[in-house]
Amino acid sequence: MSVQNAAERSERPGGGAAAVPAGQPQKGTSLVKRGMADMLKGGVIMDVVTPEQAKIAEDAGAVAVMALERVPADIRVQGGVARMSDPDMIDGIIAAVSIPVMAKCRIGHFVEAQVLQAIGVDYIDESEVLTPADEAHHVNKWDFTVPFVCGATNLGEALRRITEGAAMVRSKGEAGTGNVIEATTHMRAIRSQIRKLTTLSPEELYSAAKELQAPYELVAEVAAAGRLPVVLFTAGGLATPADAAMMMQLGADGVFVGSGIFKSGDPAARAAAIVKATTFYDDPDVIAKVSRGLGEPMVGINLDTLAPEQRYAGRGW
Amino acid sequence: MVTGLTSPAGQAEPMGQEPMGQEPMGLTRLAGPASLAGPPVGVLALQGDVAEHMRALRASGATPTAVRRPDELDRVDGLIIPGGESTTIWKLIDIFGLAEPLRKRIADGMPVFGSCAGLIMLAARLPDPASGQQTLGGIDMTVRRNAFGRQVDSFERDLDVKGIDGPPYRAVFIRAPWVDEVGPAVETLATDPGTSRIVAVRQGRALATSFHPELTPDWRIHKMFVDMVRDPA
Repeated sequence: MSVQNAAERSERPGGGAAAVPAGQPQKGTSLVKRGMADMLKGGVIMDVVTPEQAKIAEDAGAVAVMALERVPADIRVQGGVARMSDPDMIDGIIAAVSIPVMAKCRIGHFVEAQVLQAIGVDYIDESEVLTPADEAHHVNKWDFTVPFVCGATNLGEALRRITEGAAMVRSKGEAGTGNVIEATTHMRAIRSQIRKLTTLSPEELYSAAKELQAPYELVAEVAAAGRLPVVLFTAGGLATPADAAMMMQLGADGVFVGSGIFKSGDPAARAAAIVKATTFYDDPDVIAKVSRGLGEPMVGINLDTLAPEQRYAGRGW
Repeated sequence: MVTGLTSPAGQAEPMGQEPMGQEPMGLTRLAGPASLAGPPVGVLALQGDVAEHMRALRASGATPTAVRRPDELDRVDGLIIPGGESTTIWKLIDIFGLAEPLRKRIADGMPVFGSCAGLIMLAARLPDPASGQQTLGGIDMTVRRNAFGRQVDSFERDLDVKGIDGPPYRAVFIRAPWVDEVGPAVETLATDPGTSRIVAVRQGRALATSFHPELTPDWRIHKMFVDMVRDPA
């Protein structure tokens, strides 16, 4: 498989020098993958299901779009197995916009990931919103040139995904609900666990690594830096400019908005407002101004009414 | 958490309180106390890798400050336009009334440095803009967005950069633009050996790179820019 070349392998933690001859360009390195996510910071990534929606998102100032066949709210309603999108549909969206295009593969479905890389998507989201394809393993993301973003509900999960090669993490929230409570819980959990790590002594870090079920070296790196070694976005249930700004104030580097935009009354206006609120997340005057006249938000679901099997955040291990 | 609506005049952002994200991994300690005395240099903080440029500026002896509003622009001696999405950054510049203040400062000779999306913003001409996308200008060049391809084509490589002493520069290109052509007043500082395309330029007090010097802990290009701010000859 062409994606498994020595240069990418060398990017594993503790890997040796690259096998690419000196002076030649190197693709798919950690620097290039994580750097791509750095360029998305302070931005909004929007779920779209058609080229027309992708244009609306780009015109509203989205930093990227997530191409998928059904937004999470519809996956919830319609049920069935949710899979990678049709390549033709993704191609249509790639052709429609100049901003980066992301697409989702099922957890553990490495062939869907290979297909998405072959199509030329800019980032793959190995996502719990789709029906998982493997109940024990995630995709070995070091095998790919294209970078991956993965969901996490807590620090241990985030570090395990980074160990598997994720170049970006998003807190999971509960997608397709229009309810921000789980996003809040997961962002607070990740940030609080990182803060806790920074206070531990070296011997305590060993036992923290055991509890987090993550490699000691990565745990020690996070403890020393006080942050993840990759960009951390928030996702799952954001529906308003204030939701986006709240996640930014809680320490997110940027936000994903899924059903919240195109399930609302005026998607173009809401998308533009969320973009502005994400940039001026610490300025209530701006957030108040952009929150006016947006029409109906998506209806939303009270999470107390969701059965455990209807919750996506529990998918992934 | 940043809660102040307007930063007090002349005051630097406290360490680690960037408006977007925090200090990147493991390099916080490199940003020494020397920065406190350095010239105030802004980073346009609408979207993109603002924190990485802040870190690089601090390590290069400047006092970085985030610029999101016209009054914040008034208080800096130089400005960096970071990497990010040029369509998004342009929209936010336009909506929040920064286009004319920025164009005026650049025309008046404020030192300015743009990386990647920043290079696009400094271009006089874009052959293939997104709908409604404009630039600030400042460098007499034509820039092609995403010219090196999509993310799977992004790469890092060693590059010789004019005016930078020492070993080759490790340059990181991410969905990078290149410079199609430059006017006579523009000095070409680097060319990508693979494509022979221009990837770093300078015209007067304006500097721009297709690649991201803020992503690697090699501060030579930021130091060159801070020298331009200190001594805007």
